[in-house]
Amino acid sequence: MTHDQSFTNQKFKLVGSRVNRPDGVDKVTGRAKYGADAAAPGQLVALFLRSPHAHAKIKKLDTSRAEKLAGVKAVITSADLPDHTNGAQLDVLENCMARDRVLYDGHAVAAVAAIDRETAKKALKLIKVSYEKLPHVTDVDEAMKSDAPLVRENIFTRGVDPKPTKPSNICKVSTFGHGDIEAGFNEADVIIEKSFKTEQTHQGYIEPHACLASVGPDGNGELWVTTQGHYTYRTVCSALLGMDMAKLKVTSSEIGGGFGGKTHVWIEPIALALSRKANRPVKAVMTRDEVFKASGPTCSTSMDIKIGAKKDGTITAGSAHIRYQDGAFRGQWGQLGAMTAFACYDLKNVQSVGYDVLVNRPKVAAYRAPSAPMAAFGVESTVDLVAKAIGMDPVALRIKNAAKEGTRASYGPTYGPIGIGPTLEAAKNHPHMRAKLKKNQGRGMACGFWFNFGGQTCSDINISADGTVNLTLGTVDVGGSRASMSLICAEELGIPYDQVKANIADTSSLGHNDTTEGSRGTFSSGMATIFAAREAIEEMKERAAQTWDIPVEEVEWVEGEARAVGKKNDNLPPLTLKEIAGRAAATGGPIAGHNEVVADGAGVSFASHICDVEVDPETGGTKIIRYTVIQDAGKAINPDYVEGQFQGGAAQGIGWALNEEYIYGDDGRLQNAGFLDYRIPVCSDLPFIDTEILEIPNPNHPYGIRGVGETSIVPPLAAIGNAVSNAAGVRMTHVPMSPPRILKAIEEAAEA
Amino acid sequence: MRYEAPTTTKEAASLIAGEKGEAFVLAGGTDLLVRMKTGLSDPDLVVDIKHIPAMQDIKTTDSGTKIGGAVSGSRLNSNKKLKKAWPGVVEATNLIGSDQIQGRATMVGNLCNASPAADSVPAMIAAGAKAVVVGPTKRRTVPVEKIATGPGRTSLAKGEIIESINLPKRTGKSGDAYLRFIPRTEMDIAVVSAGVNLTLEKGLVKTARVCLGAVGPTAVLVQKAAKAIIGSKLDEESLKKMADACSAACNPISDKRGTVEYRTKVAGVLAKRAAKIAFERAGGK
Repeated sequence: MTHDQSFTNQKFKLVGSRVNRPDGVDKVTGRAKYGADAAAPGQLVALFLRSPHAHAKIKKLDTSRAEKLAGVKAVITSADLPDHTNGAQLDVLENCMARDRVLYDGHAVAAVAAIDRETAKKALKLIKVSYEKLPHVTDVDEAMKSDAPLVRENIFTRGVDPKPTKPSNICKVSTFGHGDIEAGFNEADVIIEKSFKTEQTHQGYIEPHACLASVGPDGNGELWVTTQGHYTYRTVCSALLGMDMAKLKVTSSEIGGGFGGKTHVWIEPIALALSRKANRPVKAVMTRDEVFKASGPTCSTSMDIKIGAKKDGTITAGSAHIRYQDGAFRGQWGQLGAMTAFACYDLKNVQSVGYDVLVNRPKVAAYRAPSAPMAAFGVESTVDLVAKAIGMDPVALRIKNAAKEGTRASYGPTYGPIGIGPTLEAAKNHPHMRAKLKKNQGRGMACGFWFNFGGQTCSDINISADGTVNLTLGTVDVGGSRASMSLICAEELGIPYDQVKANIADTSSLGHNDTTEGSRGTFSSGMATIFAAREAIEEMKERAAQTWDIPVEEVEWVEGEARAVGKKNDNLPPLTLKEIAGRAAATGGPIAGHNEVVADGAGVSFASHICDVEVDPETGGTKIIRYTVIQDAGKAINPDYVEGQFQGGAAQGIGWALNEEYIYGDDGRLQNAGFLDYRIPVCSDLPFIDTEILEIPNPNHPYGIRGVGETSIVPPLAAIGNAVSNAAGVRMTHVPMSPPRILKAIEEAAEA
Repeated sequence: MRYEAPTTTKEAASLIAGEKGEAFVLAGGTDLLVRMKTGLSDPDLVVDIKHIPAMQDIKTTDSGTKIGGAVSGSRLNSNKKLKKAWPGVVEATNLIGSDQIQGRATMVGNLCNASPAADSVPAMIAAGAKAVVVGPTKRRTVPVEKIATGPGRTSLAKGEIIESINLPKRTGKSGDAYLRFIPRTEMDIAVVSAGVNLTLEKGLVKTARVCLGAVGPTAVLVQKAAKAIIGSKLDEESLKKMADACSAACNPISDKRGTVEYRTKVAGVLAKRAAKIAFERAGGK
C-alpha cells in the first residue's frame, strides 16, 4: 500500500500532550542497560594502547611479550585486520587502528583482550612500539600554509581547478552562492569585515563508548553497543571485518548521550576482531581520557565574514571564507559550514567558500547541527556589527532580510514554508526583549538554521490478543522518541497511550533504519509509525468485515473501534480493537502493520535565541542571566521533550560559547582530556532556559513534523557572543569567550 | 597493595616509615583514589587514618581550635562555633568538590596533596594555622606555610603524618575570607585565589595576613600586601596598594587554566574583594 505523506491538518486527541517517557522509570532507578551494562559468560576485557605522539611513524611494533603473558587471549594490531588499501573504508579502519603512522595523540596502535583488567593493563605495558616523531600541526590556519607539515601524503585538494599536483592538508574546497558579490558590495553603504575563531569542542555525552562483542568460529556475531545507529554500525563493522551483514546482530543499548558522536565506529570493530581472534566475548569500554582523545569531537574553525548593507538595512552582499579542520581524516565539515552560513537570509548576492583541512587531531565527527554553530557565530556577529553601523535594531535588521517561502537559499534550493520570519517576530515581541538590564549586563540575539534529514525507516506494529500493542522501531531513541512514537501510534489506532509499548529492535528483527542523526527520528520514524498503524487498521477493518460478513468498504475505523456504516448495518455493535485482537486466531491469525519508507522532505528548521549576560569587568567572568529559545517544530508531538531539545541545545551552546575547548600543547598533545579542565556547564552555571515552540507545518509530513533536535545549538555561540560584546563593550571574536580572553579584550580596548 | 587501618597516629607513622615501597596516607581519599584509578599512583601500602580518634576531633581550647586530620569538610560546615570564628577557613574547605566529596575531603589531605591551587591552604595560612606533625618517634608543630614545598611535594619526612591543624584563638574584632576564581560556578579548581585574615582596633586594621593560591609553586603569603592595609579602613588607596603588592608577589605559569597575565591581575582583584569581606565580618565600617 502506498501512503500519502502530505500534511493534512488532522485534529489530534493525544499528539501534542505531555506524557511520561516509557523508559523513564528504568532510567531513574538504574535498571536501564547502557553500553557497559552487558555481560557474557567467559567475557574478556579489551584495552587499547594509544599513541603518545601527535604525528609519528611506527618503526617497530612488537607484541610478542604481551601475547605470551598468561591470561592474554588476543592482541590486535593493524596487521591482524583486513587490508582495505585503496578501499572505501580505509579511513574508517585506519582511524580505529593506526597502520604505519600515528596521526594524533591517542590514535590506537594495538589492542589486547585478556581475562581481566589487570592482566590487560600488564599486557599493554609489554607491547613495545618505537616511533619516529614527525612534525605536526594542530591549528587550522597553520595547516593551510604551504610549508605546513603534511598530515597525509596522498591528499590532493578537491574542488579546485586545475587539479593540484602536490599533496596538501586542504582536502576540499566547496563554494556556494549566487549573484554577484562584488556588485553587491559596491551597492552597500556600509561594509563590515571581520575574522573569527572557534575552538574544538566535544559532544560531552556522559556515557563513554562501550560494547560487548562476540564472534564465533561459524562467522556469526553479536554486538551490544551504545550507538545512535546500530544498522550503520552493522554495515560498517561487517564491511571492515569481511562479515556477512545478516550474520552480525547489532543491538543498541540505552544511550547516555550521543549528539552525533555515536554515529561513527571507534572501538567496536576492534572489539569484534579481538573476539573473533580469541573466540571469546570481548567487552570494551573507553575511559573518559580516551573519549576525548580518540572519539570524534567537532572542528575548530577560523573564518572571515564580510557583509554589506544599505542604510535602510537591506543586505546587498554577504561573503564567507570558512576554514574548518576535519582532524586527521577527510570530512565534509567545512562544506557544511559554508552551506549553512547565510541560510537564514534572503540575499541577492552571496558566496561562501568552505575549506576542509587536515590536522593532527582526532577525526571530526558530527556534533548536533554539525558545522552550523561556528558559521552562525561569524555571520550573526557580523550582522550585529552591521546593525550597529547603520543604527538599526538588530532584530529589525534580521527581519528585513529574513528568508521566506520562495527564497533561493544561499546553498542552492528554494525554500517552502519556513519559520525564520516567525521566530524573529516572536523574538521581537517576547517580554525578554524589553526586560531591564543592570550594570555590566548585556543582551544579544542570533538566529540559526539546520537542514534536517529523513532517510530510510521501517516500523512494525503487532497487536497482542489482549489489545495492547507492540510498536517496533529501528531508529535509536536518543531523546525520548519512544514516547513520541507511542503517542503517534495510539493516536492513529485510537487507543490510550499506555496501551502501546515501543521497543527498539536489533538489526536482525527489523529492516534497515538509518542512524538517528540529522534530527530525523521523529520525522521519519513518526511517518513509518503512522503508515504502519494505518496498515494495521486496514487489517482490522478486514477482520471486522469478515466477522460481520459485510464488504470492507462498509467498515470505518473511529476512536479505536471498527464501525459498520450504512442503515442496513445499524444492528451491528462496534468491534473494539481489543475485541478484534481477541478473535484474531479465528479470523486469520496475528494482526500486524508494517511500513518501510524513504522519508523525503524533512523540512528545514530555524530558531532565534535571546540571551542576557553579566560580565565581571575585573575578572572577565560571565554569568548567563536569562536565556530564551524560540524555534519552529512543525508540530510538537510531545512538547516536554521538544522543549527539552531546545534547552539541551542551548545548554551545550552555552558551554561551547564560554568555556569548552580542546587545549593542545606545543607538543601536539591534548592537555585537558577530562571533565575537570574541559569545562561543560554544571547545573548552577545555567539559568532556567525559557522556550517558545512555533508550529509551522512541514507540508511533507502527515502531521507537519520537522526535526527539532539540532537547530537549538546553532544560535547560542552568536547570541552569547553578541550579549557578551554588549556587556563588556568590546567585540568578542574568539570562542570560547573564557575569562582570560574577555579580560584581555577589555584591557586591550581600554588601552586603545 | 596492603591496606592498614591503625588506631593511633604513632602506629600509622611507624607503618609508613617501615614500608620499603610506596606508601600513602588515606584520609578522605578524594585525591588518592582518583590517582590510583587513573594510574598516577600505584601504592604498596595505604594507611587509613580515619580510625584514629585524635584524627576525628574538633576541639576548642584556650589556645584555639584543633581540627583532626580526618575531619571532613561537611563536619566543619556543621560546626557553628568554628564557622563563626573562622568563616573563611570553613568556606575555603567547603569549596572543594561536590557535596559527596565534602563528606570525605579533609583540610589536611588538601594540604598534603600540595597542589598550588588547593582551596583550604591560603585560608589556613592567612589564619596563621599550625600543623601538628607526628612521626614514629617525635611530634613537632609547624606553620602551615612550611608544609608544601612545591607542586606535589611537602617538607614532611617519610613516616611523618599531620595529626591536626591548630587555628589560633579568636580575640576581639576579627574576620577572615577566602575567594577563588573559577570559570564555572562550582566543581572546579582555582585559577587564582586569595585568603585574607584581619583584626580591627578602633575601626582600623590592626593585624592582617594575605595569602594567594595558584600563582606560584606553593601558596604565597604576601607580607607587603598585609602591610598595605594595616592601619587603614580599607580605603581605595590602601586597597589598591594591597592589590598591587599581591600582583607583584605572583610568580604563576600559563597553563590550561589561565595565563600569567590573567592570574597576576586577578590575584589583586580577589585579594581586594576578600579583604572587604573579612573587614565587614570583623565589624569594620
